[in-house]
Amino acid sequence: MEIVGQLQKQYVDFTTCLFREGYLDDQYVQLQKLQDESNPEFVVEVVSIFFEDSEKLLNDMACSLSVSISLPWVLFCVPDLLIDFNFFSFFLILFQLYSQQQVVDFKKVDGYVHQFKGSSSSVGAQRVKNACAAFRNFCEDKNLDG
Amino acid sequence: MNLGGLQAVKSMSVPSSSLSRKSGDGVSDQFPAGLRVLVVDDDPICLLILEKMLKKCLYEVTKCNRAELALNYLRENKNGYDIVISDVHMPDMDGFKLLEHVGLEMDLPVIMMSADDGKKVVMKGITHGAVDYLIKPVRIEALKNIWQHVVRKNKDEYKGKDCEQTGSVEDGEQQQKPPEDAEYSSSANEGNWKNSKKRKDEEDEAEERDDTSSLKKPRVVWSVELHQQFVTAVNHLGLDKAVPKKILELMNVPGLTRENVASHLQKYRLYLRRLSGVSQHQNGLNNAFMGPTDATFGSMSSFNGIELQALASSGQLPPQSLAIIQAAALGRATNKSPVPVPLVDQRNLFSFESPKLRFGEDSLLNNNSKQINLLHGIPTNMEPKQLATLHQSAQSLGNLNMQLQSQSSQSGSLLTQRPQSQPRTPLLNEINGSHVSTLPSSLGQPIMSQALPSSVLPRNGIENVRGGTFGSVSQPSSALDFSVNHGTEFPGNSFPLMSNSGIPILTSKGMLQEEVKSEMKVPRGYLPNYDTFDELNQNRTQDWGVQTDGSTFDVSQHSNLQGSLDVSPSILVQQGFSSNLKSEQSRNIPVSKATFAVGDSRAGNISNPSQQLNSSPADISQRIKAERLPNMGFQNTFFPEQFGQDDLMSALLKQQEGTGAVESEFGFDGYHLDNLPV
Repeated sequence: MEIVGQLQKQYVDFTTCLFREGYLDDQYVQLQKLQDESNPEFVVEVVSIFFEDSEKLLNDMACSLSVSISLPWVLFCVPDLLIDFNFFSFFLILFQLYSQQQVVDFKKVDGYVHQFKGSSSSVGAQRVKNACAAFRNFCEDKNLDG
Repeated sequence: MNLGGLQAVKSMSVPSSSLSRKSGDGVSDQFPAGLRVLVVDDDPICLLILEKMLKKCLYEVTKCNRAELALNYLRENKNGYDIVISDVHMPDMDGFKLLEHVGLEMDLPVIMMSADDGKKVVMKGITHGAVDYLIKPVRIEALKNIWQHVVRKNKDEYKGKDCEQTGSVEDGEQQQKPPEDAEYSSSANEGNWKNSKKRKDEEDEAEERDDTSSLKKPRVVWSVELHQQFVTAVNHLGLDKAVPKKILELMNVPGLTRENVASHLQKYRLYLRRLSGVSQHQNGLNNAFMGPTDATFGSMSSFNGIELQALASSGQLPPQSLAIIQAAALGRATNKSPVPVPLVDQRNLFSFESPKLRFGEDSLLNNNSKQINLLHGIPTNMEPKQLATLHQSAQSLGNLNMQLQSQSSQSGSLLTQRPQSQPRTPLLNEINGSHVSTLPSSLGQPIMSQALPSSVLPRNGIENVRGGTFGSVSQPSSALDFSVNHGTEFPGNSFPLMSNSGIPILTSKGMLQEEVKSEMKVPRGYLPNYDTFDELNQNRTQDWGVQTDGSTFDVSQHSNLQGSLDVSPSILVQQGFSSNLKSEQSRNIPVSKATFAVGDSRAGNISNPSQQLNSSPADISQRIKAERLPNMGFQNTFFPEQFGQDDLMSALLKQQEGTGAVESEFGFDGYHLDNLPV
C-alpha cells in the first residue's frame, strides 16, 4: 500500500525533524520502544492522553493566570507527531498571553507547570518540558513578564 | 513476547517454588520477574507509561491515581505487593504522607518519583524513608533495578530473624515478597514463602535454606492494639532505653520476634524524629492530617491519623493533646480505651506525664468521634506558642480524658489564634476539657490548679466543635458542665481566656470537685445552653482576642447567653471571681463566670470550696464594682436578666482589669453597677 508507506515515511521524517529541532527527546524513543504487538497503539494512546491532559492543565493555568483562553483547536489535533509542533507553538502563544496578566497565583501556576513538565517529559516533549522549567523559574521569581 | 516470557516464568514458578530452596538458579532466573508493584500517580500519562515499562520488566503492575485508593489496595491485600512507586506531588495526599503510611503499616519499600529534582525534595524523600528517588521522565533502565530494594529489605529482615530465630514464627514480619507472586503467594501464605525463597534466590545461602524452610512466618501486621502495646512498652522503658529485646519482653506477644520489634521501633523512631522536627507546618500537617483521618482506616489507620495529628501538632499541641488524639484515633478505630494511654506515654518527646494515661475509657470513644470533628474543625489555628503553654499545662493534666485533650488541642488551635495566650489559660482549658470527660472526682484532684487551665483550652476546642461533639461531651455531664463553664469563659478569648484560666485554678481545688459533682446533676438540661453558650463563647473568643473589639462583641454574646441561661451566680461566680482575681486578663472571666454561674445554678448550690468563693456574689459584685467600671459595664449587659449573672458580671468586671480599655469598647455605661445586687 503506497499510501501507507508514504504516510510512514512522512511520519519518520517528521519525527526526525522534531528530534533534530529539539522538540522531542530520547524519552519519545523510549515510548516507541514500549509499543509492541500487544499494544500497537500505545504511542498514539499516550500522546492523545497527553494532549487531553495538557489541555486541561493549560486551561487551569490560564485560569490561574486570569487568562481566558479557549483551546478548542487543540482538540482538532490528531494524535500524531504534528501535534507536538502545533502544541508547542500554542504553548508559546500562551506564554505571551500570560505575560499580560497582573493578578497571578504563582504557586498554583507553578503546580500546574510542574505537572505539565512531568507529563511532557514522560512523553518526550523536550521543548515543552524545557519551557516548563523556564516557566517555573519565572514563577519562583514571581516574574510576570517571564 | 513479553507475555509469553512472563507466562513461562509463571509456569516455572510452581515447581521452582518447591525446588527453589535447593536450586537457586531456577528461581533466580525468573526473579525479579513477577515482582508485584503498586504505582501511584495522579498524572495519567506517567501512570500509563510506567505501567507499560514495568510490564516490560516482567513485573506485575497495579496502578492507581489516588493515594487513598492505593492505601486501600495495600490494606486489603497486606501481602499483595512487593514494592510501591509513588509520585511526590499528588492532589489528594502528599506523596510523603503516603510514604509514611506505607512504611509504618506495611513496611514495604517505597520509591518516590517526581519531575522535581531539587535537592530539598530528594532529601525529604530520604528522611521520610523512601528507598529510592527517581526523576521523571523515568527510564525503563531505572525500573529494571527496583527489585534490589525489595531484596535488600527482605535481606535485612531475614537476617535479623535468623539471629533471633525462636520457636514461634507465626508472626514474622516479612517484607520479602516472592518474585513471582502468583505462585509464591499460594505457597507463601503457608509459611516459608518469599522470605525463604528470596533468600535462596538472592543469597543462595545454605543456612538460610534451612531456616527459611522452617520459617512459616506470615508478615507481622502492626495492628492498632499491637502498636499500642508497643508504644506502652516503649514509654515504659523510655524512648532512649527502649531496646527491641526489652520491648519484646514487655509486650509479651507470642509469635513476635525481636526483629519485628526492631524494625518497627526503627520506623517509630524515625516517625517521632520527624514529628519533633515539624513545627512550622501545622496547617499543612493539619490538612494532611485531616485527609488521612477521613480515609478508611485499616488496623493502623487510626494510628496513622494519630500520627498525622501528631505531625500537625507536634510542635503545638501539648503532649496530652497529642496523646489524646492518638488515643482518640486509635480508639476510634479500635474502640479500645486503654490503648490510648500508651500512646499518650509515647509522647516522650513532649515529656508526657504518666498521669495522662488515665483517660476515661468511655471518654475515649467520645473523644474519638469528637476528636475527629475537632480536628477537622480546627485545622490551622495552632500556634506554637500557645501550644507550648498548652504543653506545659497539659502535662499537669494527667488524667484528662481524651476528650479533654482533644479539646485542649482544639483549644490549642483556638489559642493559636490568640497569641497572647498565657500559661494559665492552657491549663484552664485543659481542665475544662478534662472535666468534660473524666469523672468529677478524678478531675477534682488532678485537675486542681493544673487541670483548670488545661481544661480551659479543651473547652475552647470543645466549643469549636460544639456542634458535632457536644453529644459526646455531654456524657460526663458533671464534668461537662463544669468544663463548659470554664470553656465558655475561656474559649472565646483565646488569650484573654488564658488569663482567665486563673479562675479555674483558683477555684479548682475545692470547687472543681464540688462543681463537678453538681454539674453532674445537671448535665442534660444544661447542654443545650451549653451549646448556645459555646457558640457565644466562640464568638466571644474571637472577639476577645482583639480585646477591645471583643468586649463589644461579648456584650452581645452575653445577652444571648442570658437568654439561654437561667443560671444563678452561685459558686460559679465565685469561682470565676476568684480566678478572675488572680488572672490578669479578666475580660474573659466575666464570661466564664457567667458560665460558671449558669452551670452552678443548675447544678444546685455548690458550696464554695475555695476560699475565694466564699464571698457572696454580692461581695464579689461589690468588689468588682470597686475595681472597674468598664468591666462592670460589660458585665451588665451580660447579666441584666439574671441575678447570678450580675454577680458574675461584677466578678468578671473585676477580672477585666487586665483588659484595659474596655469601657470604650463596651459601649455601655455603668449600667451593671446599678443593677448589681449589692
